Amino acid sequence: MNQKQQTMFDKIWDAHFVATRVDGRDLIYIDRHILHDLHAPHAFEKLAAATRAVRRPDLTFSMQDHTVATKPGRDENTNPDGAHFQRAMREGSQRNNIRLFDLDDPEQGISHVVAPELGLVLPGSMHAVPDSHACTVGGLGAIGLGCGTSELEHILATQTIALKRPKTMRIWLDGELKPGVGAKDVSLKIIAVLGTAAGRGMAIEYAGPVARALPVEARLTLCNMTIEMGARSGFIAPDDSVFAYLAGRPYAPRGPEWDDAITQWRALASDEGCVFDKDVRVDCSDLAPQITWGTDQSQTISVRDTLPILPADTEARTKLERAYAYMGLEPGTALHGVKVDRVFIGSCTNARLSDLRIAAGIVKGHRVHESVVAMVVPGSTSVKRAAEREGLDRVFKDAGFFWGESGCSMCAGGNGDRGKPQERVISTTNRNFEGRQGKGVRTHLAGPELAAACALAGYIADPRDYLETAR
Amino acid sequence: MKAFSRLTGIAVPFLEDDVNTDQIAPIPTKRSLKPDYREMFFHRARRHGDDTLNPGQVFNRPQFASLAILVAGRNFGCGSSREGAVWTMQAMGIECLIARSIADLYRENCLQNGLLPIELPDDLASDIERRVIEADGRAPFSVDLTTQIISGPGGADVHFDISAADRMRLLEGLDDIGLSLKHAAAIAAFEHKMQQASPWLQRAVRAPGTEPSR
Ligand code: SF4
Repeated sequence: MNQKQQTMFDKIWDAHFVATRVDGRDLIYIDRHILHDLHAPHAFEKLAAATRAVRRPDLTFSMQDHTVATKPGRDENTNPDGAHFQRAMREGSQRNNIRLFDLDDPEQGISHVVAPELGLVLPGSMHAVPDSHACTVGGLGAIGLGCGTSELEHILATQTIALKRPKTMRIWLDGELKPGVGAKDVSLKIIAVLGTAAGRGMAIEYAGPVARALPVEARLTLCNMTIEMGARSGFIAPDDSVFAYLAGRPYAPRGPEWDDAITQWRALASDEGCVFDKDVRVDCSDLAPQITWGTDQSQTISVRDTLPILPADTEARTKLERAYAYMGLEPGTALHGVKVDRVFIGSCTNARLSDLRIAAGIVKGHRVHESVVAMVVPGSTSVKRAAEREGLDRVFKDAGFFWGESGCSMCAGGNGDRGKPQERVISTTNRNFEGRQGKGVRTHLAGPELAAACALAGYIADPRDYLETAR
Repeated sequence: MKAFSRLTGIAVPFLEDDVNTDQIAPIPTKRSLKPDYREMFFHRARRHGDDTLNPGQVFNRPQFASLAILVAGRNFGCGSSREGAVWTMQAMGIECLIARSIADLYRENCLQNGLLPIELPDDLASDIERRVIEADGRAPFSVDLTTQIISGPGGADVHFDISAADRMRLLEGLDDIGLSLKHAAAIAAFEHKMQQASPWLQRAVRAPGTEPSR
């Protein structure tokens, strides 16, 4: 019989197919399930009420990240609003025999940052988190699935998720990135070109020279942003750089099993000549640093470009007018030079060690502008310690940055870290929705290079100007 | 989960595109494990900048005090996976969402909670939107999942499509976990097979000597 050419997504899906339910959904096996403090307590409660057991506590892990304070020396009461979530998380995890990375654990952090660095997530695996940015781990060649609270409970009870098979999409990234331009710029560009709903019902594979050339941590950044196109998941075929990244990680296979794993992982790539439901190309060769100006991620421009003028079409016009009003900006003017109040470097998008190195490279030897409040919140406690070993904390602190304990922090403000109304925040996070970082807060998303440059300049700045002086 | 078959009640129009879950159910400043979902429902949209209620905002108008159907634009419910963004709708009485399109995770969360998500093609959506705006909360609309018909003032019945699987799940109010646990033997067999094929996926144990120092 003819072997059909398969996409990487279809291979992983088929390898995790358990059964088809009477309602037509496929039960897909979940290899690793990571919970967090914001949504797990509710599911624990419902599970207990239904007297259902957790099927595979050994494949389940708990992370305190969403509600934790970032203040040095924190404990659960530092953010009083978070204390009951963290306590419920602790109790639920204990009761169900789930390994918890608690507040004081040396490996605590944002789940999407911790799972890769501990080798909890592996290529070819199905990974679920009750958080839409589960797709981050696609950077290692895994399929990350975000889920709701009911689905979380379902996975706890069955170790499977019931889904309809998503369609496949490939985004081929042409070109070569210039200095000062990184994975975040690529992802913002893609959303600007394709729109925030382009990935609906899709699993997106990133391919092409740009995806291949990205270091592993940058691939995690690119895949992290996939959900902002409304996709189910995003991933990149694993290669030697991924294997090198995973080798020796605490939960990664070892010895002969490691060799077997690599053989299987090499076979994951989409077959030559396979067909995607949607196949697009985005040219990144002349890509400049990107920054969002509005209230969704498609409202993105190159940092030196002027803001778009209002279109004639009334529907589109109303939307833009509203974004301009909220952001306090004028169509047709320059974004470069607009005053900045706050800079946040953190989140599961851009707070891994490589991000902090990039930002520190720009900050080193300079001071944060006097009118800017700037903070760095490492993506995990491991990242924090590694950064401290390299002296990055000193670079940031000497410049006037706040250097925090790990957690989600200002990304969604779930721990009380928020901006003030009308404040303009340059943020390395993933959502610039109205009010996301506090009521009336004007969020501009960008990469760590651009955010660092803005902290020094006090206005929206071009990181390439700072690369020059750094050399 | 409760079953859904037919619903009659007030339909409210909220036709913006790309309404995200941060808008539908903003994370409250004061967090609680048992939040007030009615209070949370479009919390910011319903208020002026100074936090006072905006009486002119559609959800605050008296004729929309009790709701059954929300009529939305494109890509409703994008953003985070928080299920609170469905619970907040149900706390307001909304058991049916009619939109031009609905974000994946949000649609999934609707089905999980027995809230009927309907996606209409543009021509039918325009018709329903116009009629709901004209009715202005003074006359009810009905949605029947058995016949797949939306009816109400200002026009003819509108047929909607929904997959047979989703329809059955809602009509029977199937317990999602119970439905899957019928396949417990298949799950166990799968685990056995995976244990043979890729044992590292069936075991998440850290290698000795990799504990970090505290
Ligand atoms: S950092 Fe932000 S996006 Fe990432 S998991 Fe935390 S809240 Fe979600």
